[in-house]
Amino acid sequence: MEIGPILRALWHNKLGAMLIAVQIAVTMTVIINAIFIINERSRLMARPSGLEEANLFHLTSVGYGDDFNEQVTSDDDLNMLRQLPGVVNATAVNAIPVSGSGSSTGVRIDMDDRTANVGTAIYRVDEQVFDTLGLNFIAGEGFDVTDMRYRSSAGTTDADKVVMTEALAAILFPDLTPNEVIGETLYTDQVTALQIVGIVERLQAPWPSWENVESSVLIPEQFLDTYSLYVVRTEPGQRDQVMRAAEDLLAGSGADRVIRGVNSLEQTRSETYGADSALSSILKTVVVTLVFINSMGIVGLAVFSINKRRKQIGTRRALGASKFEILRYFLLENLLITTVGVLVGAVLTIALSIVLTTNFNMPAMAWYYAPLGALALIAIGQLAALGPSVRATTITPATATRTV
Amino acid sequence: MFFYYLRLSALSYKRNPVLSTLMVLAIAIGIGAYMVVFTMQHTMGGDPIPHKSDQLFHVSLDTGDPERDDDPPEQLTYIDTMALLEANRAYRQTATSKFSAIIEPENPEIRPFASLGRGAFADFFPMFDVPFLYGSGWSPDADQNREQVVVLSQETNERLFGGNNSVGETIRFDGALFQVVGVLAEWTPIPKYYDVNNGPFDEGEELYIPWYLIVEREMSRSGNTNCWKSIEGTGFQAFLNSECVWIQYWVELEDSDAEAEYLTFLNNYANEQKALGRFQRELNNNLYDVNEWMIEQEVLPDETRILNILAAMLLAVCLLNTIGLLLAKFLGKSAEIGARQALGAHKGSLFIQHMIEAGFIGLLGGLLGLIVAYFGLEGVKILLGNARMQTEWMHVDTTVVTVTVALAIVCTIVAGLYPIWRACNVNPSIHLKTQ
Repeated sequence: MEIGPILRALWHNKLGAMLIAVQIAVTMTVIINAIFIINERSRLMARPSGLEEANLFHLTSVGYGDDFNEQVTSDDDLNMLRQLPGVVNATAVNAIPVSGSGSSTGVRIDMDDRTANVGTAIYRVDEQVFDTLGLNFIAGEGFDVTDMRYRSSAGTTDADKVVMTEALAAILFPDLTPNEVIGETLYTDQVTALQIVGIVERLQAPWPSWENVESSVLIPEQFLDTYSLYVVRTEPGQRDQVMRAAEDLLAGSGADRVIRGVNSLEQTRSETYGADSALSSILKTVVVTLVFINSMGIVGLAVFSINKRRKQIGTRRALGASKFEILRYFLLENLLITTVGVLVGAVLTIALSIVLTTNFNMPAMAWYYAPLGALALIAIGQLAALGPSVRATTITPATATRTV
Repeated sequence: MFFYYLRLSALSYKRNPVLSTLMVLAIAIGIGAYMVVFTMQHTMGGDPIPHKSDQLFHVSLDTGDPERDDDPPEQLTYIDTMALLEANRAYRQTATSKFSAIIEPENPEIRPFASLGRGAFADFFPMFDVPFLYGSGWSPDADQNREQVVVLSQETNERLFGGNNSVGETIRFDGALFQVVGVLAEWTPIPKYYDVNNGPFDEGEELYIPWYLIVEREMSRSGNTNCWKSIEGTGFQAFLNSECVWIQYWVELEDSDAEAEYLTFLNNYANEQKALGRFQRELNNNLYDVNEWMIEQEVLPDETRILNILAAMLLAVCLLNTIGLLLAKFLGKSAEIGARQALGAHKGSLFIQHMIEAGFIGLLGGLLGLIVAYFGLEGVKILLGNARMQTEWMHVDTTVVTVTVALAIVCTIVAGLYPIWRACNVNPSIHLKTQ
């Protein structure tokens, strides 16, 4: 092996070698952190909301005029929607998971200790919500039609039952199993006592980036105002037709109201996560670009350094070096430079990761990112150097005898 | 001489086309990518009203929960808003909050539609330099008398009156008639710095009415409402008397004396309220000017800031790449440089020659970088997919063009300094011998 000569040759052109090493180090820093961010965002986007999203859509009705009757309209609407062909069920709720807008409140189990409040999303729902959204009970049960309460939005709730998510139950009752939690009492900010009747496996809060995103409560009440939000579940594959039919049906029903916000859950999800998926796409472009620039830089400098040493290569060939030995020389040279680069790069990668973790709401990078990234960059470096190195082997021994 | 050197640069480019093209590409991509992020950040986080951003202040009163150690509320309670309005201590002032209403057009061919509006005071329009197409804002008397007047956005006027001057007409929403007093010209500040708590990149409102009407008519409010304390009693009046925050309060103060005076006034007010059992936390009232408030509210998304860091590093990689390639290129010219020196070229003129050569490559990189930036921004717009952004947001203007090309040339010359220095210090005798 010719490590000694390689090192001496590199020392002769130390700045050029150093530049490539630093370039590889910075490239690695950006690429690895970018890939980590991409993976992190896809993990966030892949979290299930607890809903059977594929077959759900929602629409909003806003009434106006003096003779608009909220409760009657809402009941009529739901009945009409449920009878529409292709509809499995329909429900009225105050907010949509993952949509970015909804209500939150604080809940606790000790009535007098306000500091023990746990932040949670609050869904005001009807008794059909569990079936419509496809929520999965792990303990207890949902609401009955007799549990429903109707009130104006300015008052306080007089509902007396509540269903919560498993995640929230685990925070409030760390020592109890889900079945033991059933029957316990929950207090809201408004000091209303609610009896816990059921626990669902999962129902995300409307704000995906919220720290308590898995904490939700469902309360059997509806506000009597001119605003109604309906979620409709359709037969598989019929969502888009039913969505249009439902809009026409409600708009043509004669009541003084406006129908808007007709969206499938999938659309709502992609709007909410728009910034995340945009960031991912931009970062993917950045990664590809950097790999390209970095490889081009390696190729360019390898071609240059081989051209500069044509005579020396010819001489080595004339003295009996095989083509393979020439190839090995340049690949080894690249390996040495790249290795220094990725070692520095590993340190920089972790440093940038720490900067991002401390300044932005991001988790720490898993340990294997840096070593895997280092291996990948070494492989890319070798691939980039392969072309010029193979060309170097074609230099004939006769070159040694010619003067430039 | 300059043009001679420029021709030499072009010749040198041709002699080493691969190396040179690689450099141009690296600079173009680095600069282009950086300019995309620069433009994004420039539009999202730039000063939206530079000539008076230090005179407009968002009022922050700490009426928060004494048992918790969280940030002061972002908005004001109704009680405090009314107190500040009555005191009337600022040069200009406005309370503001959003509402939603169904507009019922008189023309039966236009179906009723839902719209978002903003309640504000007469001062709102001059404070934020709101431009008018027809008419003007309402008078302060209209505020006091709770007159049912309305200012329409350009879009709403287009929809309801086909873009004609509608001043003096009436429109029906929230079940009542409102007289149009003004129509805005296009006004879409980005971000919506006058309301960063309710979606800083959302669309502007479609209607503007005297804010008192929201309360008096108990209109359906829109926008954030936060209550740390349960509302005592039921009904709208109970809500108004509560510690719920839902109103934003802006004041215009002409100089720092006025600012100090107003803050003292706020603190005195808070101390009076403390005696009544409110403002239970330590005194922590603040006036934030437009830019301070956007920073305080973290208007610039994390995504943009992360991208800014990464884009700067990408530019660094491209420049390192350029240094390496320039070094290779210039050292490859050792023989030519040796010959020039032997024929009497000064180091100074060699230096200038290579500066121009580096600058030439930078210029090409910058021009190509503009194309990269243009397509990059188009790509970002498609990714963000927001109709508003498609039309008005983020475009390559003269500032961006100048900055891009200048940055490319300067960066390349800076990156070239060491290679140039090395090239100028070639020992001519060695290179002449081998020829």
